Amino acid sequence: MKNGRKTILEIKNMSISFKQYAEKKGTKQIDLPVIRDLSVTIKEGEMVAVVGSSGSGKSLLAHGVLGLLPYNGKMEGKISYCGKPLTPKKVEKLRGNEIVLVPQSVSYLDPLMKVGAQVRGGRKDAAAKERSRELFRRYGLEESVEDLYPFELSGGMARRVLICTALMKNPKLVIADEPTPGLHLEAARQTLSDFRAIADQGAGVLLITHDLELAMEVADRIVVFYAGTTIEEASADDFRQEDTLRHPYSRALHRAIPQNGFGYIEGTQPYVKDMPEGCPFGPRCEGFCEECQKDIPWVKSGNGYVRCIGSLEAGRMRA
Amino acid sequence: MNQRKKTIIYFTAAVIFLAAVAIGGLFCKEAAQATDFSQKNLLPGLSHPFGTDWLGRDMFVRTIRGLSLSILIGLAAATVSAFAALILGIASATLGKGVDAVITWIIDLVMGIPHILLLLLISVALGKGLTGVVVGVALTHWTSLARVIRGEVMQLRESQYIKIAEKLGHGKLHIAVKHMLPHLVPQFLVGLILLFPHAILHESSITFLGFGLSSEQPAIGIILSESMKYLVTGKWWLALFPGLMLVLTVILFDVAGESLRKLIDPGSAHK
Amino acid sequence: MILLVIGVSIAAFLLISASPIDPLQANVGQAALGSMSQEQIEKLQEYWGVGQPPMERYLAWAGDFIRGDMGTSLLYRQSVSAVIAVKLGNSLFLMITAWILSGFFGLVLGIISGMNEGKFVDKAVKGYCLVIASTPAFWLALLLLMIFGVWLKVLPIGLSVPIGVEASGVTFMDRLRHAILPAVTLSITGVSNIALHTREKMIDVMESEYVLFARARGESRWSILKNHGLRNILLPAMTLQFASISEIFGGSVLVEQVFSYPGLGQAAVTAGLGSDVPLLMAITIISALFVFGGNFIANVLYGIVDPRIRKGAKER
Repeated sequence: MKNGRKTILEIKNMSISFKQYAEKKGTKQIDLPVIRDLSVTIKEGEMVAVVGSSGSGKSLLAHGVLGLLPYNGKMEGKISYCGKPLTPKKVEKLRGNEIVLVPQSVSYLDPLMKVGAQVRGGRKDAAAKERSRELFRRYGLEESVEDLYPFELSGGMARRVLICTALMKNPKLVIADEPTPGLHLEAARQTLSDFRAIADQGAGVLLITHDLELAMEVADRIVVFYAGTTIEEASADDFRQEDTLRHPYSRALHRAIPQNGFGYIEGTQPYVKDMPEGCPFGPRCEGFCEECQKDIPWVKSGNGYVRCIGSLEAGRMRA
Repeated sequence: MNQRKKTIIYFTAAVIFLAAVAIGGLFCKEAAQATDFSQKNLLPGLSHPFGTDWLGRDMFVRTIRGLSLSILIGLAAATVSAFAALILGIASATLGKGVDAVITWIIDLVMGIPHILLLLLISVALGKGLTGVVVGVALTHWTSLARVIRGEVMQLRESQYIKIAEKLGHGKLHIAVKHMLPHLVPQFLVGLILLFPHAILHESSITFLGFGLSSEQPAIGIILSESMKYLVTGKWWLALFPGLMLVLTVILFDVAGESLRKLIDPGSAHK
Repeated sequence: MILLVIGVSIAAFLLISASPIDPLQANVGQAALGSMSQEQIEKLQEYWGVGQPPMERYLAWAGDFIRGDMGTSLLYRQSVSAVIAVKLGNSLFLMITAWILSGFFGLVLGIISGMNEGKFVDKAVKGYCLVIASTPAFWLALLLLMIFGVWLKVLPIGLSVPIGVEASGVTFMDRLRHAILPAVTLSITGVSNIALHTREKMIDVMESEYVLFARARGESRWSILKNHGLRNILLPAMTLQFASISEIFGGSVLVEQVFSYPGLGQAAVTAGLGSDVPLLMAITIISALFVFGGNFIANVLYGIVDPRIRKGAKER
């Protein structure tokens, strides 16, 4: 049934790079690719989680979509919104209205402005007031919270306030950037189910997180992000079992979940400056072969996508 | 050409120019005093680019000589001041609460008196001469740098690797020299260079007020102070060119300091 | 703060007492001194306080000062309080004008510059500030004097009142005309520091996460400035404004000298050159009181305005 829904956001081969000096004291400038070849699609009423460990460039994905990269950042690739290309001009008009961001933490709120006024985004009209009150009630925030300053909010309150800021308008696309760190499990679950509820009311939700376990509970589809690249896209169901996963890194992630044995693989994610040729996961992969050092295509595999030679061959052998 | 290459070029150019003025001035002591009554009150022209004064002294030579004096005095005073700042800053941050309180109090005290007024007092105390100016400038300028260094050292002390070094049983001196100094040196250098323009400005101000050198030593403040008397009679060039050169000198010191900071500061890596 | 003022007075006194300059020679002159009888010289020495141990003199001075007696100015031959009342009145007019003007323009320029980091406006403001910061106040005063006083002849060259007019004949307009150039010079000099610091803060604000989020919420640049920029720039700007008192005080010494404006600064120079101990002491203390007072007010205001301090203090 989900196929019948309208596509809200489609990102194709997005790359983001930064200009930097090659050495600490040097005079040569180079482009540092932070995100390469990222592709994600989000439909109406769908919640897609982009899962990756810290340092994989996830937050930049959100900033890139919203056109908020710093001046030395450069973005390539295609982004379309409701079927039409999302130009910088258009995104400027849409952000805050149809496309909203729920930021990581309370530090994204003005420290010197009362919470209520910030939720209303500086609007003082009665409609805005009514709307913010209603949202506060819906998320169990007392009216007195309006008069608090951000530093007075508890972690859970801050999350809910941030969600309220996003829902002041009726967004079609909600981008949630790491909404759970610092929360205890119950609060984190609650926050994510709040986002699930937003999706169920028809908006598309892009959840950026490092927590695969929680993402599995709420998301429809999960995109695994490794060292700046998408390596697998699969339905949340596929993630419940190791066998249905296509990429060795996804499988490792799956094994790392406590119930699945706390599995551990050697090594760390490569830093952008010393990225290996071809598959970034290559050096840590058991099935590493010469082919892996070439460009790996993003191919459909079942109802998902994968970027892995090994699974290609496995697929061919199965067929 | 990117920002960093440009910065290096600015820095080099500024340093070369300043060195040229400072050294050039050393060689024209006599020329700066030479009077020629046949060449009195000349407008700027080819033979005298900055004109001549009421005694027929060449203003260009006088300006260079004056700037050179000012630069050297400024350098000396700023260097003394910067080292005082380094020592007091480190002492304040490492020798315990009592010392810190005393030094912070002294900093507040010095900052409480407007610079010029304090300079004036010190210069009076030391009898209105060269020493008065150097000591005065040195004593008034160390405060802000000392604060910066104190803050820096305190931050360093809290950092993980210093704590580990302490746990490993390294001596205080060892930690200070091996782990702290390397972090402080860039800060210190930049602070030192950025003190120069202030030192020169204040040196010229105090001599302008008549507290510095005698009029036989044509420091830039003296030249300008003398020119003031002739201003009303329309001899604008006596004040204009020496002043412009002074401004240029100060700007160049500032440029040199700022460029050095940009080169050292990793925060500007992407610019 | 009281301790600091006492410290300032002791330091100033020590410095003055350490002076090797013989006040008699400086003020009476070598020749006149030579022709005087021993008695006269002794009388003069007593008048200028020569020969007494510094400690005693300080305590005597401090005791009088606390009782409100600032002593007698040796040069002006009036009570110091009377001299200072007149001079301070003249100077305050200059300094307050300069304080307000430089604060306002510094803030505006700093905000414009910081909002447009790296663009032409920013470079222009930065360049202007760099040049002004590198220009000694007295030279700027000379330039303005040259342009407006000597060439254009639109404004008077010096003094706070026209020469040769009786005190009763001096109108407010006269006073104003004489104060324009010094006040403008002081304001121009003061702008650069405030503008540069405000610019830094503004850039910090613009790069902050909350401004990023405000942009993500579709707020326009104007709305960001109005809602977040001004709010967050206000506190540092306030501190800067009060910290600038010291600079304006220092600048006024130079500027008043150039314009022969009979204010506190000029009095300080005269007192310094003529070893007028009571006057110099009083001026030092008063300027220190202004500076410390400014810092104190800034701290208090900070506590009132910043909710993090205000509410934090309540909880404790």
